[in-house]
Parts: sequence; structure tokens; C-alpha cells
Amino acid sequence: MYFSKEMQESSLKLTRKWENEVQKALKNNPDQKERFSTVSDAEIKRLYTPEDIKNIDFAEDISVPGEFPYLRGNQATGYRGRYWTFRMFSGMGSAQDTNQRWKMLLHQGQTGLSTAFDFPTLMGYDSDSPKALGEVGKCGVAIDTMEDFMTLMEGIPLDEVTTSMTINPPATVLFAMYCAAADIKGVPLTKIGGTIQNDMLKEFIAQKTFMCPPEASVKLISDTVEFGTKFVPRWNTISISGYHIRESGSTAIQELAFTLRDGIEYVEDVIHRKRLDVDDFASRLSFFFNSHSDFFEEICKMRAARRMWAKIMRDRFHAKDPRSMWLRFHTQTAGCSLTAQQPYNNVVRTTVQALAAVLGGTQSLHTNSLDEVLCLPSEHAVEIALRTQQILAEETGVANTIDPLAGSYFIEALTNEMEEKAWEYIHKIDEMGGMIAAIEKGFPQMEISEAAYRFQRQLDAGEKIMVGVNKYSTDAAHPIPLVDIDEKVGEEQIKRLKDVRRKRDNKAVKTSLDNIKNACKKGDNVMPHCIEAVKNLATLQEICDVYREVYGEYRDPGLY
Amino acid sequence: MPERKIRVMVAKPGLDGHDRGARILARCFRDAGFEVVYTGCHQTPEQIASAAVQEDVDLVGLSCLSGAHRVLFPRVVELLREKGASDITVIGGGIIPEQDLPALYDSGIKAIFTPGASLDSIVDWIKTNIKPQ
Repeated sequence: MYFSKEMQESSLKLTRKWENEVQKALKNNPDQKERFSTVSDAEIKRLYTPEDIKNIDFAEDISVPGEFPYLRGNQATGYRGRYWTFRMFSGMGSAQDTNQRWKMLLHQGQTGLSTAFDFPTLMGYDSDSPKALGEVGKCGVAIDTMEDFMTLMEGIPLDEVTTSMTINPPATVLFAMYCAAADIKGVPLTKIGGTIQNDMLKEFIAQKTFMCPPEASVKLISDTVEFGTKFVPRWNTISISGYHIRESGSTAIQELAFTLRDGIEYVEDVIHRKRLDVDDFASRLSFFFNSHSDFFEEICKMRAARRMWAKIMRDRFHAKDPRSMWLRFHTQTAGCSLTAQQPYNNVVRTTVQALAAVLGGTQSLHTNSLDEVLCLPSEHAVEIALRTQQILAEETGVANTIDPLAGSYFIEALTNEMEEKAWEYIHKIDEMGGMIAAIEKGFPQMEISEAAYRFQRQLDAGEKIMVGVNKYSTDAAHPIPLVDIDEKVGEEQIKRLKDVRRKRDNKAVKTSLDNIKNACKKGDNVMPHCIEAVKNLATLQEICDVYREVYGEYRDPGLY
Repeated sequence: MPERKIRVMVAKPGLDGHDRGARILARCFRDAGFEVVYTGCHQTPEQIASAAVQEDVDLVGLSCLSGAHRVLFPRVVELLREKGASDITVIGGGIIPEQDLPALYDSGIKAIFTPGASLDSIVDWIKTNIKPQ
């Protein structure tokens, strides 16, 4: 950053004076602890000065919103044109239960939908699979067939509301169901918008929802990117996710680095496998970050992410279209920061984390409900969480001006530092031969394990604090009502599934499954065949079983 | 003769992939001097019970954050009993609502650790209650 010689000199002089004062003061009043660090254990200095950012080139490193390197945001107008999307992750019990919750949320001012599926759906099993025992409808909505999906979407205008679906191994199937639903409702594919998470690399690294080995998983992802590029131009075909990496215990820098490196891996695969030009598809890649409790670290992480992705797209992939260089992202506040003890405190945590996401320039936000550490959120708890976003947007004034913390000595210095350390990780993974190779070596998994263990030890030693857990704990309980999903939900779901299997045309199902199998074997795009199969009422698991048969199954290596 | 080390299996039943706690505990048990087997995610109760018998462990620690503990935890105890291995102690942890505790204890789970339990408290419980045979 340009500072005049006079200013630099006076700044240095004053800083030295201040340092002397600090030394004197410490003799009588020592600091509360020896080392001050972020929640990720990155050391933070007592004071930042012009000295820390003197090497920044304003035009190249910061610039203005809407201009490379997009540090200050992709849009020239910021939040004035529109706020971030209020998008609450939601799904529970049956498709009908979830549809009702969605309508309630839209009625309350939510502006986008986001689907939580139950574990059997997430893992590509039908509700009557032995593997689904005890799990149906528990952590999200159970979807087995196109009939469930139509119930889920009942009364939802697909050309007006965008829907995000947190789905990974069976992403092709759910994307196919969405396309089929649009067809059935008479909405052209060019009019629908939404997101499938569809990011398998972070599954192997962190979230552990996997089905086929990494190589085949990435092939299926590239199929969706190709299909979306050609036929569903408003669809975000991958949501490259750091959220789960962070939840599994990574540092903010690991989250930043591994997420962007995952993104690089997908872009390379689509270019090589599908022979698409980077500018044909890169603008539909989206990202998903965590917003944890360390306020400034989170803001800097999001700013650094935007600048790094712009550089990656320009310098590594030679993208020309500015939209390819935009890092557009959804944020969720940190589930792992919430406490079962004194759960009302979670509202405060979530508020601060949501504020960080807004100051970091998120395009979309989920705020956790106070009870999410215990169960699926109750209607009342979701309402408070949604209102938290609305208060931030419409009462606090934080959205009036773009990237308001830019130029702060601390913010710019920390943004630079995080970027630098994230590049180190990215280069290291490049040297290993890419992210799949790194995953096979267990590299990102073990880096995260180290960080998670270190944090837990710091908690146990009282070096890091969680209020209500290792400090200010109390025996007084203020119990909150918990949402309980009845075991009957599973029984009814299984009955619906069996009915569908009885009434459908089994010959048509078999033919469409064979078509998927042939496409897999030949390396063709599976998407058109998946759409045909779901329309013929093939079940989610039947399609996933084809993938398992052709590509094999991945098993958790159990690293710790 | 030196006393045999405590052998512990950390297991993740069901489809739940939330393994942060399980992996931290596996590490912590290793640091505490136990011999540790970690199953990884997505194990059926049958796989867990068979592995526990085969590995000749003293204790199985189950971790589940998906809500499926009500069905899966008791099933592991039952299968161990069927295999004549009821001497293997089973404990559990995760997102377990308080109202579920009585049924889990009744089914034969010996201890349940919920969010906020310190690593040391879990290690201490094991050292107090498990004598390697």
C-alpha cells in the first residue's frame, strides 16, 4: 500500500514508542496468557501497523469490487442490489414433512431452499436396505424414488426459487430427479436454478459420505458439469466445500487450501475428460465455506479465497471470462462451535459467525439453529436463526457499504498471511501429484486429524475456551424442547417404496438401468440415462448399485 | 509378567460419517497407552461385533451422531452376547439425548459420554472399569 515516506517514518517512530510503553506496562500488568492465537491456533500480534501492509500493491492486490482480483467482491454493487440469499438447510422425516417446513420458511422470508437428506439417501441406499436400519428420516428427508421427489417439490415454483441439494455420491440421481421434476411441471431446464453439492473429494478428506473410489467419483462429477453446461445453464453443478473439512477439525488455512485445491482437481478433470473450455463451465462452480467463531480469521479467509481463486483461474487455467474468476460462495455458521450445554448461547455464537460471513462477502448463508447440536432444528429455533440474518441485513447497517474492513492493517495483513500459507499447502499437494494422490497418501486427512486433536487437547487444558463447557459451566439446566423423528416415519417410507416397486413397469426400469451401466462402461455421460431411469421410477439405490457394480466401492481406511 | 495393555476398539456404527470425535478418541487412547483398533465409518453392528471378538478387545467404544444410536448400540451388545463375548464392555458417545440414556443402559451399554466430556474423564473411566484379562 502506498504510504508517503514521512508517514512511514512517523509510523515507525510511533510504533517504537508504543513498544517501549508496552514493555513498561507488562512489568506491572502481565498479559493474561503468553500466546494469543486464533481458534485455528495461528498467532496474532498485539498490534498491526502500516509496516505490515507496506508491500501491498493496491491495484493488483486489493482493487475495487467487480475487478480482479475480486478481493472486495464479485459484484460492483455489493449487497445494495440484493442481500445474500437467506438459505436455511432443512430436511426431516418424510418428503411431505419437509415440504411443509419449506413452505413455512418461504412464508417467513427465506429466499432460497436447501435440502438436507437422511443418511441412507446421502449414501445411496433405499429406506428398506439393511444399512438404513434406524436412520430413515432421522438427519434429513428420505428420498427413494421420483414420487418422493415430486412430493418434496409440491407447490414449489421451480422457475422462481433456487434449490440447493446437499448430496454427494448420488448427486447424479438427485440432479436427474430435479430435471425430471421440471419436465413434469413443464418448466424448461434453462429456467431452473440450484446447486448440487457434488463434491466428492472433501468426502474422502472429511465428511466420509462415499460410495465409489475417488477416480470414478470425479468422473461422475464431470458428467454433471458437462450436462449442466450444455442443458441447465443456471445450475451450480459443484459446490466445492470447505465446510465439512473445517467441521472435522481443520484449521481455517487448511479449509481454504484443501477446498481450492479440490476445485483445481475438478477443473482439470472437466477440461481433460470433457474437452470443454474453462470459460464454458467455470462460472457455474460455486463454493461453500464454514464461518467459525474467530471473527477476523473468518473474514480474512473468505477474502483470501476470492483473490486466490481469481489468480488460479487466470494464471493456472488461463480463463478469460471474469465470471470464471469469481468465487461465489455459500456459508454456514460452524456447527462444531455450538454447545449442548447452555444451548441459548448458540444464538450469540451464530450471530457473530453470520456477521463474519457477511463482512467476508458471502452470497448465501445458513445460520444454525440453537438446538442443532442436539437434534434437527425445531420450528421456533429455525425462526430465530432466520431472523438473525434478517436483523443483520436490515437493522445493523453492515450491508450498506462493500467490504468495510478493507485497508485495515490487521485485516489486510492476516488476509495476506492466510493466502501465503494456503499456497504452501496447494504447492505441496501439486508436488504429490494432485488431490486424489494426496488423499490416497492420507495427507489432508492426517493434517486435519493433527489439528483436531491439538484443539481438543487445548480445550482440555483450558488454553482454548468454550463457554459453558470448560469455563462458566453450571449445573442449572434450561432444557429446550427437542425434535424427535418417530420410528414410524421409516415404516411409512418403506411402505411407500414397496408400493412404487409394485406398480411400476419393471421392464422399463431394467432397460434404463442397463443404459446407465453401458454409459458407465463406455465412459459416456450418465445424466440423460439417469433422467430416464428416475422417470421410470428406478430407485435411488438401484441406480447407485449400478455405479457400485461398475466402479467398485470405497471403504473408509480408518485413519486417525 | 508385565500387565497386558488394555485393548480398545473405537467403532462407528451406521451410515454416519461424523468421525471427528471417534478419531480424536482413538488418538487419545493410543497416547494413554491402550492398544487401539479403529474401524472407520459405516460399520454394521454385525461387522463391529465380529471384529471385536476377532481382535480380542476388552472394550468397544461406539460413536454415533446421527440419531441411530437407539437401534444400533443395543444391537452391538446383543450380538456380542450371541457370540459368547458378553465380557467385552461396550460404551458409547455422540449426540445422545438424555431421555435415551435409560434404555441404552438397560440394553447393557455401560457408560455414555455426551458432548463436553473431557478426554481425560473417558480415559479415567476405562482405567477404572476395565481390567485386561
